[in-house]
Amino acid sequence: MPDGVAAHADPHGPASATGFGAAGHHPALQHHFQTLAQQQEAATLGMWIFLVTEVMFFGGLLMAYLLYRVWYPAAWSEGSLELDIRLGAFNTVVLIASSLTMALGVRAAQTGAQKWTVRWLLITMALGFTFLVVKFFEYREKYLLHHIPGPNFEFEGPHAGQVELFLSLYFGLTGLHALHMVVGFSLLAVITWMAHRRRFSPEWYTPVELSGLYWHFVDIVWIFLFPLLYLVDRARQFG
Amino acid sequence: MSGHISPKKTYYVIFGSLMVLTTITVIVAFINLGALNFPVALGIAILKATLVILFFMHVKYSSRLTKLICGTAFFFLMVLFGLTLSDYLSRGWFTAPGGTAGAGTQVTIGPPAPTEGEPAEPAEEPARAPEP
Amino acid sequence: MTTTVLPRVNYLNVRHGVASWLLTKDHKRIGIMYLVVVTIAFFLGGIFATGVRIELTTPQGDFVSADTYNRLFTMHGVAMVFFVLIPSVPAILGNFALPLMIGAKDVAFPKINLLSWYIFVIGFFFTLAAMVLGGVDTGWTFYTPYSTVYSNSNVLMTGIGVFIAGFSSILTGLNFMVTIHRMRAPGMTWFRLPLFVWALYATSLVQILGTPVIAITVGMLALERALGFGIFDPRLGGDPVLFQHLFWFYSHPAVYIMILPPMGVISEVIACFSRKNVFGYSFVAFSSLAIAVFGFLVWAHHLFVAGISPYSAMVFSFLSFAVAIPSAVKTFNWTATLYQGAIWWRAPLMWVFGFIGLFLIGGLTGLFLASLGLDVHLHDTYFVVAHFHYIMVGGAIMGFFAGLHYWWPKMTGRMFSNAAATLAALLVFVGFNLTFFPQFILGYLGMPRRYHAYSEEFQVLNVLSSAGASILAVGYTLIACYLVYSLFKGEAAGANPWRATGLEWKTQSPPIPDNFPETPIVNEAAYKYSEREIEVA
Repeated sequence: MPDGVAAHADPHGPASATGFGAAGHHPALQHHFQTLAQQQEAATLGMWIFLVTEVMFFGGLLMAYLLYRVWYPAAWSEGSLELDIRLGAFNTVVLIASSLTMALGVRAAQTGAQKWTVRWLLITMALGFTFLVVKFFEYREKYLLHHIPGPNFEFEGPHAGQVELFLSLYFGLTGLHALHMVVGFSLLAVITWMAHRRRFSPEWYTPVELSGLYWHFVDIVWIFLFPLLYLVDRARQFG
Repeated sequence: MSGHISPKKTYYVIFGSLMVLTTITVIVAFINLGALNFPVALGIAILKATLVILFFMHVKYSSRLTKLICGTAFFFLMVLFGLTLSDYLSRGWFTAPGGTAGAGTQVTIGPPAPTEGEPAEPAEEPARAPEP
Repeated sequence: MTTTVLPRVNYLNVRHGVASWLLTKDHKRIGIMYLVVVTIAFFLGGIFATGVRIELTTPQGDFVSADTYNRLFTMHGVAMVFFVLIPSVPAILGNFALPLMIGAKDVAFPKINLLSWYIFVIGFFFTLAAMVLGGVDTGWTFYTPYSTVYSNSNVLMTGIGVFIAGFSSILTGLNFMVTIHRMRAPGMTWFRLPLFVWALYATSLVQILGTPVIAITVGMLALERALGFGIFDPRLGGDPVLFQHLFWFYSHPAVYIMILPPMGVISEVIACFSRKNVFGYSFVAFSSLAIAVFGFLVWAHHLFVAGISPYSAMVFSFLSFAVAIPSAVKTFNWTATLYQGAIWWRAPLMWVFGFIGLFLIGGLTGLFLASLGLDVHLHDTYFVVAHFHYIMVGGAIMGFFAGLHYWWPKMTGRMFSNAAATLAALLVFVGFNLTFFPQFILGYLGMPRRYHAYSEEFQVLNVLSSAGASILAVGYTLIACYLVYSLFKGEAAGANPWRATGLEWKTQSPPIPDNFPETPIVNEAAYKYSEREIEVA
């Protein structure tokens, strides 16, 4: 072998002399990784980096929101007051609860409690689905009131144009968020099925953990969207 | 695989805190704090998000790299907001006599919409930056 | 000299058939697949440029209509920026070389790597469809409200193509970051990494933080155009300049995506062909990170005359000067690497010399544009066009060719004709300067960009420019010819034809699918040229 580079026995065999991980060919170990730990760390790091991209993705819309909120406080007030705070608050509670059940589901997978993993995941999915149903009714109401921006938009008042801006951002932000919820829901469906088939163990539950990270992120986005969209001027300063 | 396993109690306590904070933010929204309403609501949201990140997402028990990644996302988001707003908020500063005043150089086309507290905007004309 | 033969089993011949390529998870094959698509995009972008340069040989707008001309330069920009410059070095050379250079079997997520390629191809198809349907005429910058309300061209289709292609870039960056963090061979510490790897890491940072913003911006543009959601619409109180802020928040860092990996290539090639370790390794490594971070702080220099606050403009002007510093650090270090080195005149180094001179001019003229007072006069003139072509073509594309020639023997197991390659480098260098140097003068004299007709006094320089473009075309065609020829008739390269250091040269050419027969263990620095003789094979 050329200088400076020593040969090294393939660590996929039983525990090698360098102690390079006694992974022992766990069925989930992919061949380009040396150990299951390395694979899991890579997967988690990958999901975190993906969440960074998601932060910047929502960031663009939030920048637009921020600018126009500074410019048009009265229109922002009017637009926000058109939203149903009860449904918004209810959805916030539902989603935070789903984060709790998701965290408990990950914990169940960590501790090998297979049945509870499935149960918590199902409850999380149910809560997520509830959120989406409520959103559907909110959107439907907006549609019936002709509050959907575009050619059919109707709004009384001196700030109609800027209220349309507010609602464009409302639909943009909550629509993008809802899209992420749908993706998350589908992800959870797959994970729940895998959990049902006993694919997870305390040694390997990476997909559950990653789904948890994604789901919590989606919750965090809503934690910001709720006050930004629903609570702009409930004290009616801008009238 | 060794991830930190939190006791169930931790999750319930955090959930309780999040519920309390949500209640507070809704109640405070109905109180007129003037210009403070926005920062207060944002601050509570940031607190809630921090709890989710630290405890539900386990960042408190994660590697320095994970913490660095969280910080980086937040930092660059602030760069986007901060530097962009640095443009908008400094328009109309030290305006030459006869130039436009008011926060931001707003572009409006169409008949002006007179509302209380806002300076009258010229009709059919985008507001101009101050003449050099 | 022993005759070298091609290894019997390598990643190219281990499996045959279209399916073995389209379903591959091998980063080396994926790199080649990117090369194919990028070459097609380069060719297409070149055809559009040809249309532009033919029109500009005469002052009158007599070759095509103004509307068609707008489509030509737009499609040239879209094809070159999103489907050549952004992916070229990372997705082709990075994909191929990164795992080899760190002693890994593959990238962290091989299936996502393949998905990246498919996403890229789908994005390309949408953009192609837009071209076939008549193209876009908004400029590759898609400024509102023209792009959202008034343009009658295929904005939506192109936007969708760009949106989709962006995800390819994001996933590649994600993959590379995790790979560099977690897949390094034992003993490969951060400061033993080759500088190309540092450059790819910095690039990945930019891809991850910046690309999502243009994705959402194009999304907002699409919502406005397709559904009438008014986010940038001044009739509703929206601000078109907000689009420009959001667009350039990505598109400025994007130019660092385009230039950082080629800079990494330069570091590798310059060390090898001056037989000297890179001068100031840690400075070069950190300067890559500095460029990535600072690159996010300067975007509004594209908006100097768009109506932003003059105070904000001053801040961005200052920051734009600052971002030049780490690039200068690199240039000084490369020069110091050459100093007292034993220059080995081979094709890859020819491209490096071209890069250093042309990147220098491009970078320095960027400072002209960063100066507020000058930019007022130079904005939207040919000075800007010349500036960015010096960086993008004189810099990034030449860096890409340096890397392609450097790693070609590793990728294919074959050597190309050094004489042909040197001639091509010379042709491209001469052609490039003839094409773009006159454009600095044109811009200085006041010729605006994106105009299909111009004043008589500008004709001579325009003719020179078009003539240069034809030489460029010959040069690029020559490269394709001798590289393809080498696939059939090139002599076998052996594991290390350039006597280079680096893990990728310690395995056969072309490598086996798993790259190394056994996982390497690293216990020396990245560059060892100054220390000792290096084995050839």
